[in-house]
Amino acid sequence: MAADFTMPSLGADMDAGTLVEWLVHEGDVVHRGDPMAVVDTDKSAIEVESFDDGVVQTLLVEPGARVAVGTPMARLGPAEAPAPVAPAPVAPAEVPAAPAAEAEAPAPVAAAAGPAPAVQPATEPVTTPRRRAARPPARPRAHPASPPVRHHAAELGVDLTSVDGTGAGGRVTRADVDRAAAARHRPPAAARRVSPYARRLAEELGVDVDQVVGTGPGGAVRADDVQAAAVPAARREAPEVAPAEPAPAAPTPPAPARAAGSRDAIAALMGRAKREIPHYYVATTVDLGPLTDWLRRTNRERPVAERLVPAAALLRATALAARAVPELNGFWVDGRFVPGEDVHLGVAVSVRGGPLVAPAIHGAADLDLPTTMQRLRDLVARARAGRLRRAEMAEPTLTVTDLGDQGVEEVIGVIYPPQVALVGVGRVVERPWAVDGMLGVRPVVRLTLSGDHRATDGSTGARFLATIDRLLQHPEEL
Amino acid sequence: MTTLSTGATPVPAATGTVETTYREALREALREALREDDRVFLMGEDVGMYGGCFAVSLGLLEEFGPERVRDTPLSESGFVGAGIGAALAGLRPVVEIMTVNFSLLALDQILNNAATLSHMSGGQLHVPLVIRMTTGAGRQLAAQHSHSLEGWYAHIPGIKVIAPATVEDARGMLWTALEDPDPVLLFEHGTLYTMTGTLPRDAGHVDITRAAVRREGRDVTLVSYGGTLHKALAAADVLAGSGVAAEVLDLRSLRPLDDATIAASVRKTHRAVVVDEGWRSGGLSAEVSARITEQCFYDLDGPVERVCSAEVPIPYAQHLEQAALPQVDQVVAAARRVVG
Amino acid sequence: MTTTPAQARTMVGTAILRIVPDADVDGVSPDADLRQTFDLDSLDFLSFVELLTQQSGVRIEEDDYPELATMASTQAFLARRSG
Repeated sequence: MAADFTMPSLGADMDAGTLVEWLVHEGDVVHRGDPMAVVDTDKSAIEVESFDDGVVQTLLVEPGARVAVGTPMARLGPAEAPAPVAPAPVAPAEVPAAPAAEAEAPAPVAAAAGPAPAVQPATEPVTTPRRRAARPPARPRAHPASPPVRHHAAELGVDLTSVDGTGAGGRVTRADVDRAAAARHRPPAAARRVSPYARRLAEELGVDVDQVVGTGPGGAVRADDVQAAAVPAARREAPEVAPAEPAPAAPTPPAPARAAGSRDAIAALMGRAKREIPHYYVATTVDLGPLTDWLRRTNRERPVAERLVPAAALLRATALAARAVPELNGFWVDGRFVPGEDVHLGVAVSVRGGPLVAPAIHGAADLDLPTTMQRLRDLVARARAGRLRRAEMAEPTLTVTDLGDQGVEEVIGVIYPPQVALVGVGRVVERPWAVDGMLGVRPVVRLTLSGDHRATDGSTGARFLATIDRLLQHPEEL
Repeated sequence: MTTLSTGATPVPAATGTVETTYREALREALREALREDDRVFLMGEDVGMYGGCFAVSLGLLEEFGPERVRDTPLSESGFVGAGIGAALAGLRPVVEIMTVNFSLLALDQILNNAATLSHMSGGQLHVPLVIRMTTGAGRQLAAQHSHSLEGWYAHIPGIKVIAPATVEDARGMLWTALEDPDPVLLFEHGTLYTMTGTLPRDAGHVDITRAAVRREGRDVTLVSYGGTLHKALAAADVLAGSGVAAEVLDLRSLRPLDDATIAASVRKTHRAVVVDEGWRSGGLSAEVSARITEQCFYDLDGPVERVCSAEVPIPYAQHLEQAALPQVDQVVAAARRVVG
Repeated sequence: MTTTPAQARTMVGTAILRIVPDADVDGVSPDADLRQTFDLDSLDFLSFVELLTQQSGVRIEEDDYPELATMASTQAFLARRSG
């Protein structure tokens, strides 16, 4: 049922009033009792409340206009959704994918449809309540709010002291409460609702659930939210009915659909790396004779399940080098280098028929070689089975990509932001090699380091590779 | 007896199919059983002279005679007990109970005898008994004739509980139930008797253990059975209009529940709404919901919703009765809540 | 007991399928390089050796790895060592 909001008679002697200010915008959901407008009756400015529930369709009168009692001032339409559960006028698609986008977003929230600038109070742009509402600490003073709005806030669990009012005198309107409820990005971890499937999906896609904006009831994070967070924001322009994309229907192996999503994630990350990071590269060839000899000896004494492969020794040496050259172990954040607190060595693993993932071996510098080997086997097996744990997807401090098994001799890799270096390992090959003036055939491997030139210089990278080389010449000490 | 799975073999539409009703399909199934197996007989209140309270057995007395189609006194405990005895002695009785409400008078026979004898005798005794009864509301028969208590029976080990929701199942479930060595309870929803449908002329037996996907969808699974199947299908139509593709499951067997089919669907859609004309508290919907949570927890993208009858004895007045029953718009609303 | 070529083939197939569940083990020719055909990295190959050892009871040293290059060479190796 459509209804008009008319100039009320606010006294027996009143025949006309002046609209001072609208307290609602076109598109706002209003309920009976919500303040709609401020009207000057010649005696005083009075806040006028709505007599109906509905959606503000059209504001018919400009502030400053004087109109007769009974004149329609706004047209109300029926609220679209009969379900009382859906209070937020915020369409999910408008919620930015990541908090980072928040500051830039013009946040047209409810006023999207209307000529909003005409009716906004000049000093209080619509964007502010949204941004402020996201600010976590509570404010000591409560803003004035009508009882229906208080009730509404209580129902949604919104703390009124943390809501900035857009109504007259800082009064909190129903729409403010709805916005605050919708913008609660990060309730305390315990109170955060994440569907079991969304949690699982987030782990699989390497998405930090705490960073995902939930669009479900009560801000619950659901699978769509996780998927939206996993792909770059640009993809979100797609219409909500996208049959192919959000359907990892097959539960077991990494389905093509998911692979496609990961492809997008990789595309975004690597694009960013090449745009932002001025890479430098250093490389060296390392004699693996001592290592392979030593491995052959030690493996002869080991049960098959405990044999060591060169890749594990290379990881072990890399972890030790990262500790010795800490300038390469950490992150570039906000224009400066932040060292990693420990060495979490990312291992780039290609999943058969699926995406590339780079889970981390945590505390890698403190693990001996057999343990490193175990962790590597375990990590690769679980990565391929899609069973990585969330913590393993959390920021590695340095990543190693070993393509030796793919047959290439050298990898010159792209750094994973926000890390500042990437180690590339090629194939172990036999080459003529001169030692002490004698030519022999030795197994050698090509190691490269891609470094972020903002954080370090080539000499740091050189020192790092030299450290690895030195460590590999004494494999028994690894 | 030839066994043809209906729908599997395409038959020429003009000559190979027949327009029928749920009631006629049930009758045809009885007729076939009486004709093909002389151990089969039908008994119950008014099944003979009157043709069955819901006219399912109309004409069978004339066709098969009073030995095979037997009117009984108004004593559910007595004639269900007689059916159990006949089954133990080697016959294949089909016992009709007018409504599930009245079956409570025979609950002792069903639970303490029919369901237990096989277990208590170490498998020496079997009770190959089929009990048919009407369930459900929607016909203004008031609180003593309208309840959906099949969920209670689904609680009992030792029996099978099935619920044909389509003409094909009404035609095909009885024979399969008669072949089972243990008791099978067959629930016919009262509003379905007049439902029409097309059957192959040679329609026959159907499986009675698997749930069926009656409509495929990717966004939400609507779990239903019996009378609620058609409400779920109607809801799926409405949902399709707003871009929500609902998958509709027909449980068919309430005991045992086909966990695999339910789980496969929920793992696909990640959301579930259970539609049950029984009451919510302690009901079949609770069981289905619990199993979904047990088996698909990490695939769920929202809580399992239930749409059930209001927790009142089913009212007589039509508007109150309709208000008490699960309705299409409630199913639609529940599905929208979980899909978001 | 000598491992027959058929038994060896089954063992190889079983091991490969454990590592690469969707591998077409029946379609592999006797002389195809197993590591290349099934895209086995060094960790996969270690698992392969482990599984073959479990099934055949033959201890396989690293120095034996070249003999596991193809289906045919693996069959020959297992027949010789298990005899």
